[in-house]
Amino acid sequence: MGREQSQMAYTVEQLVAVNPYNPDILPDLETYVNEQVSLQTYSLDANLCLLRLYQALMAMPAPDFSLCLFLIPERVQMDEQFKTLIVLSHYLETAKFRQFWDEAAKSRHILEAVPGFEKAIQEYAVHVLSLTYQKVPRSVIAEAVNMEGLSLDKFVEHHVANSGWIVEKGQGKGQLVSLPRNEFNHPELKRSSADIIPLDHITRIFPVLG
Amino acid sequence: MAAAGYDYEDGLQSSVDGGIPYDPSFVPDPVKSFVVHLYRHIREKNVYEIHQMYETSFHTLSDRMFKDTPWPSVEAVAQYVDNDHVFCLLYREMWYRHLYARLSPTLKQRIDSWDNYCSLFQIRNNLFSVSFTTEASVVLHGVVNMQLPNQWLWDMVDEFVYQFQSFCQYRAKMKNKTEQEIALLRQHDQAWNVYGVLNFLQALMEKSSIIQILEQEKEGLEQFTATDGYDYSGGSNVLKVLGYFSMVGLLRVHCLLGDYQTGLKCLLPIDISQQGVYTSVIGSHITTIYHYGFANLMLRRYVEAIREFNKILLYIYKTKQYHQKSPQYEQILKKNEQMYALLTICLSLCPQVKLVDETVNSQLREKYGEKMLRMQRYDDESFALYDELFSYACPKFITPSAPSYEEPLVNYNQDAYRLQLKLFLYEVKQQQQLSVVRTFLKVYSTISLEKLATYMEVDESTLRTILMTYKHKTHSVGADGKTISNADIDFYIDDDLIRVVESKTPKQYGDYFLRQIVKLEAVIGDMDRIKLE
Repeated sequence: MGREQSQMAYTVEQLVAVNPYNPDILPDLETYVNEQVSLQTYSLDANLCLLRLYQALMAMPAPDFSLCLFLIPERVQMDEQFKTLIVLSHYLETAKFRQFWDEAAKSRHILEAVPGFEKAIQEYAVHVLSLTYQKVPRSVIAEAVNMEGLSLDKFVEHHVANSGWIVEKGQGKGQLVSLPRNEFNHPELKRSSADIIPLDHITRIFPVLG
Repeated sequence: MAAAGYDYEDGLQSSVDGGIPYDPSFVPDPVKSFVVHLYRHIREKNVYEIHQMYETSFHTLSDRMFKDTPWPSVEAVAQYVDNDHVFCLLYREMWYRHLYARLSPTLKQRIDSWDNYCSLFQIRNNLFSVSFTTEASVVLHGVVNMQLPNQWLWDMVDEFVYQFQSFCQYRAKMKNKTEQEIALLRQHDQAWNVYGVLNFLQALMEKSSIIQILEQEKEGLEQFTATDGYDYSGGSNVLKVLGYFSMVGLLRVHCLLGDYQTGLKCLLPIDISQQGVYTSVIGSHITTIYHYGFANLMLRRYVEAIREFNKILLYIYKTKQYHQKSPQYEQILKKNEQMYALLTICLSLCPQVKLVDETVNSQLREKYGEKMLRMQRYDDESFALYDELFSYACPKFITPSAPSYEEPLVNYNQDAYRLQLKLFLYEVKQQQQLSVVRTFLKVYSTISLEKLATYMEVDESTLRTILMTYKHKTHSVGADGKTISNADIDFYIDDDLIRVVESKTPKQYGDYFLRQIVKLEAVIGDMDRIKLE
C-alpha cells in the first residue's frame, strides 16, 4: 500500500508543480484526495470537503485547519456540519480535550470514515503535554487522550518503551509520568545563543592587531 | 483599441478647466517631445535618462496637462516613434496606469487594459520559445535589446496586480450594474480571470529562470543582485527582473485570496534577511515586507512578523525624507501607518518589545501606545480595537470568482474581507486569557496550580487547559515543520507546580567590543597625527 500511495503522491505533486494554476487538473486532484481518504462506498460530493477538513485537523499543531478556513467562503462555513468542525477545532486550539472528545463522539460516523483520526489527535495532545509538563499526573493524560483503564496502561507502556516516558509513584495522589526533556519543558536546554563572532567581523580589527 | 473609440460617459468627457474638451488624437508639443526622447533613450539603452523621464517628466506632464483627462491615444503618438510595436504597448500601459490613478476606468477600459497586458507579457513569454514568427522576432529584437529601470518594471507588476484587485472589487459590486455591463462581463469572462493572472506571473517567473539565477548567484556563478538586476554585458534586464518581481506579485495575489501559506512559498527564492533587487525599489521593498509580515501574522508566527516590520519601519523612518518628491510618497506613508497598526496587533498578542528598535518603539508608543494598553485587556472594547486596526491595515481581500448572473444581483465585495476579519478575531478570542496568565507569570518564579487558579478565579482543570493553550499558541510550526517558540515568558509544570523561566537573550558583547576597538584605534591614529607645538 505504501508504495502505491507514494507513487501516486509523486505524480500528483508533479502535476501541481507543473500546473500550479490550472483548473483543468482539479478532477485529478479530487481523485487523489478520494484515494487518500480511501473511501469506497461513501457518498463523496457532499462530504469530500468536510473530510479534507478533518484531515487538516489531524495536522495539528500545524495550522492547516485555519489555513483551510481562510479559503472557504463564509456561507459554506455556515453549514451545520462545518460548524461542528469549527467547534472541534476550537476545542483543540484551546486544549479543551475533554470537550473535544465529547463533541467528537457525536460525529462518530464521520470520524470512522477518516482512518487514523483518533490517533492523530492523541499525538497532538501528547505534543501539547510535552511542551507544557515535566511531570504530569496520569489523570491529565487520561483526559487529553481520552483513554482509561487497560487501554491507557497500554498507551503509557507504549510511550515508556518508545518515547522515553518514565512512570513514577505519586505521593498518594496517583501516578505521575515524567515526560522526556525538550527545550520547551526544560527551557534551560534551549541552546543559549552564545556570543559568536563571524570571521568577517574579526577582519575589521586585523589592521589593529597587525 | 483606440482611445477615441471609448465611451466617456462616466464623466471622462471632462475638459481641462472647462476649456478645450479632451481630444485623444491631439498630441501637444511637450508630449511629442516626451515620446520622441523616451523612445530614443530606450533604443540607446540609456537607463539613467529613461529613469529620469519615467519618474519625473511623465508625472510633471501629467500634473500640468492631464490632471483629469487621459493622455493622448497611442494611435496619435505612434507616428512619432516609428510605430514601434513594443514602445506602443509600453506607452499604453502607462496610459492606463495614469487613467486608473486619476480617473475612474470604465468596464471597457478595464478589459482593454487586460488585453494590453496580455500582449505585453505574451511578447516576453515568447522570448525564449523555439518557434516565433518573423513578425514576432522583429518585436523580440526590440525587447531583447531593452534595458528598463527597475522602478518601471516593478510598477508594471505592481499595477498588474492592482488592476486585478480593482477589477474583482468592481465586479463584486453587482447591485448597480447595467444590463450592458453585465453582458460585457459575461462576454469577456477571461478578462482578469484569477487563473490567467496567476499564470502570467508564474510564466514570467519560470521563463526568466530567475530561481536558477538566484541559486547560481549563491555559488558565485551568476551576477544579479550585485548589479541590481541590470545587465552590463549588452543583454536585457527586462524578463529577468519582471520574473523576479513576479514572485512578489504572487505573494500579494495569494494574500488577497487568503492563501498565506502559498504566498510565502512563492517568496522563498528571495532571501529577505538580505538586501536584494526587491530592496532597490522602495515600493517593492514595502510591498514585499508588508505582505510577508501580514501572512506571518495570520499564520501566528508573530516573532517573524515583528522582526520584519521592525526592520522596514526603521528603514522608512531613516529614509523617507529622500522620497518626499517621489510620486509614491503618499503610498509609502500609508503603508508605513498600516504596518505600525499591524505591529501593534503582533505586539499585543505577543509582547516581544525587546525585538523592536528604540526609534520604532517610540513612534509606536506615540501612535498606538494608549490603544495597545487597552488591547491587552481583552474585553469588548479591546475586540473593537483589534477589529479597527485589522480593518485599517489588512490587504484589500478579493473574491476571485465571477458572480452567478442568474441569481438576484447582490454586492459581495465585502465577503472576503469579512471572512478574514472574522477568523482573525476568532483567533484573538482564543488567546483571550493568555495575557492574564502572562501578567501572573511575570511576577512569580514558582507558583502552585492551586494558587494561580484561585487568583484567576477558575478551577484547576480549566487552568491546566489555559496553560496548555498558552504553550500551543506561543509555539508555532515553522515552514520546515519544526516547533518555534514565540514566548517572551515561558514556564513548565512539574506535577502541580508552575516554574517560570523568563527567556533572556544574552547580550551580545562581541560586536560592541569590535566597534570600540576600531574606534579607539581611529582616535589613537588621530592623536598621533596631531603635532603638539
